[in-house]
Amino acid sequence: MLDVQRLNPWHERVLGNLKFQQLVRERSGFAWTLSAVMLLVYCGFILLVAFAKNTMATRIGTGVTSVGIVIGLAVIVTAFLLTGLYVARANTQFDKLTEGLKRDFDEGSNR
Amino acid sequence: MRSPRLATASIITVLSANLALAAGPDLGQVDRQATNYIAIAMFLTFVAGTLVITYRAARASKSAADFYAAGGGITGLQNGLAIAGDYMSAASFLGISALVYTSGFDGLIYSIGFLVGWPLVLFLIAERLRNLGKFTFADVASFRLDQTQVRILSATGTLVVVAFYLIAQMVGAGKLIQLLFGLPYLYAIIIVGGLMIVYVAFGGMKATTWVQIIKACLLLGGATFMALMVLAAFRFSPEALFARAVELHPREQALMAPGAMVADPISAISLGLALMFGTAGLPHILMRFFTVSDAKAARKSVFYATGFIAYFYILTFIIGFGAITFLMPDASFFTPGPDGVVNRLTGMIGGTNMAAIHLANAVGGSYFLGFISAVAFATILAVVAGLTLSGASAVSHDLYASVIARGRVSETREVNISKISAVVIGVVAIALGYTFENQNVAFMVGLAFAIAASCNFPVLAMSILWRGTTTRGAVVGGFLGLVSAVTMVVLSKAVWVDTFHNATAIFPYDNPALFSMPIAFIGIWLVSRSDTSTRARAETAAFEAQYIRSETGIGATGAHIH
Repeated sequence: MLDVQRLNPWHERVLGNLKFQQLVRERSGFAWTLSAVMLLVYCGFILLVAFAKNTMATRIGTGVTSVGIVIGLAVIVTAFLLTGLYVARANTQFDKLTEGLKRDFDEGSNR
Repeated sequence: MRSPRLATASIITVLSANLALAAGPDLGQVDRQATNYIAIAMFLTFVAGTLVITYRAARASKSAADFYAAGGGITGLQNGLAIAGDYMSAASFLGISALVYTSGFDGLIYSIGFLVGWPLVLFLIAERLRNLGKFTFADVASFRLDQTQVRILSATGTLVVVAFYLIAQMVGAGKLIQLLFGLPYLYAIIIVGGLMIVYVAFGGMKATTWVQIIKACLLLGGATFMALMVLAAFRFSPEALFARAVELHPREQALMAPGAMVADPISAISLGLALMFGTAGLPHILMRFFTVSDAKAARKSVFYATGFIAYFYILTFIIGFGAITFLMPDASFFTPGPDGVVNRLTGMIGGTNMAAIHLANAVGGSYFLGFISAVAFATILAVVAGLTLSGASAVSHDLYASVIARGRVSETREVNISKISAVVIGVVAIALGYTFENQNVAFMVGLAFAIAASCNFPVLAMSILWRGTTTRGAVVGGFLGLVSAVTMVVLSKAVWVDTFHNATAIFPYDNPALFSMPIAFIGIWLVSRSDTSTRARAETAAFEAQYIRSETGIGATGAHIH
């Protein structure tokens, strides 16, 4: 409780603001989820390479291209798509929330 | 899944095969080639162009914000290109295409490791960094903590990372230029060191950014042309390209499957962690986020950078396979061994790292060969300029202005200190490059990433994300991460056996990140928790102000465009 008592009123108003809470909750949830997806995809790929060599070496159809090559390229494309997904939502939805907050709080800020 | 005993046995048996690759693409020993005048002429054109840019940047740069952050006026797309230019090194272009040439699929594993850190930089770091900082990542780490102690730690982390990265780049540059241009090693590193001093000391971040943007465009353009020429020869069917490569390559169908590279999962995961989180702790990369106007542009930068880097790695994969199909049937690219037999994997003229360069000749003739050689040189310059600027900023902005002068310093004086530091760093880099000419430096890039992941990243992430972080915790934890990472690398095979010639390595894995990162994070957490000082309470209380600014950008240092 000591910390809360030390807050100045401006900080308290921002922290208690519903828009601020919504912004932080949604963005953190989204960012941590995407981070977890990226980590799982990458670690999964490394484990497949280490422990499922035969699966990775399997040819697709009658060609020489292996499952591993397709999975590897898919990991590269996934990394890019995840950044696109985050930016698409952050630069529209999250930024709109942030703009609203700034209008409410930027003036008279006494940080 | 195998039993632990089996897994351990396989770790031991394959460790030796694994080590050479895991430390980083290495240019190794090279033979000096005949002087290549076309390449030199193209390179001089590049240098002349960048010097004009540097001159104009120097005239336009007046304030500290101009020098450190290009006035904050770089757009998201420009910054994305510059980040890609800062990150795609000559070693990754030549080394990864050579790795694909010799082992096929394994080259892909390497590329993926270098790519997957970028999404994490975006999700967790980029916009908060932009909202909280001004010129260096230490601005952010010391936002609510003790300026003196945290800046000393961050500047140390920065300078150590820059030093190892720079040695690897300088030695690589000297060897590469020897190979491509036929210039002596010492001349090569003096040219590289001299030019990077000029770019940074005169043009600051503006010149550095444009050198990186131009280099990124040239490298992506050149690599795209090569990949298109390769694919065109197979009517744009990757399957036909792979089929021909399998037909020609000594490894045959095994080319398409995992080889020796990830035979030891612990080393692989440890290297993966170092690459992933090291990217989010590289000082010269983090510094780039202060060159854009706001969080929106910072996000776009990473999105574009990830796209360019991903595209580049796909190109190097095609180029590696192109090198197999174009070079292997043609004996003129190889020198026969003593027994008169041509080894298609190791007998390439100039070494296997020349695969992409020979392919340039095969698909585009001698002018394109000259162009690609000049691009490789330009690539080195862009990377070392970014490193030098970040080292110089750590000295002037963190150590001098905040620690020594305690904030009582004029902008002009601070920028002058930075310029002097850039000159000193350049001279030291030349001296180190010369000293390390015949040393094994391949482990140094891996070490730089491991230190960035075990010192810079934990301190930055914990100070931004965890309210409870205190100065004492950050300093002790960050220092433990730094020391443990360096110690484990010294005790690993790359240094303990290869450099100090001991019989066996004391630390059994190639990369320390899997162990040194938890040491740093647990250190920060434990020491912060046990810190009951008055200062610690004030620092925890100051988290709210930092939190509001990091999440919303309210109060953030705005764009500095005049």
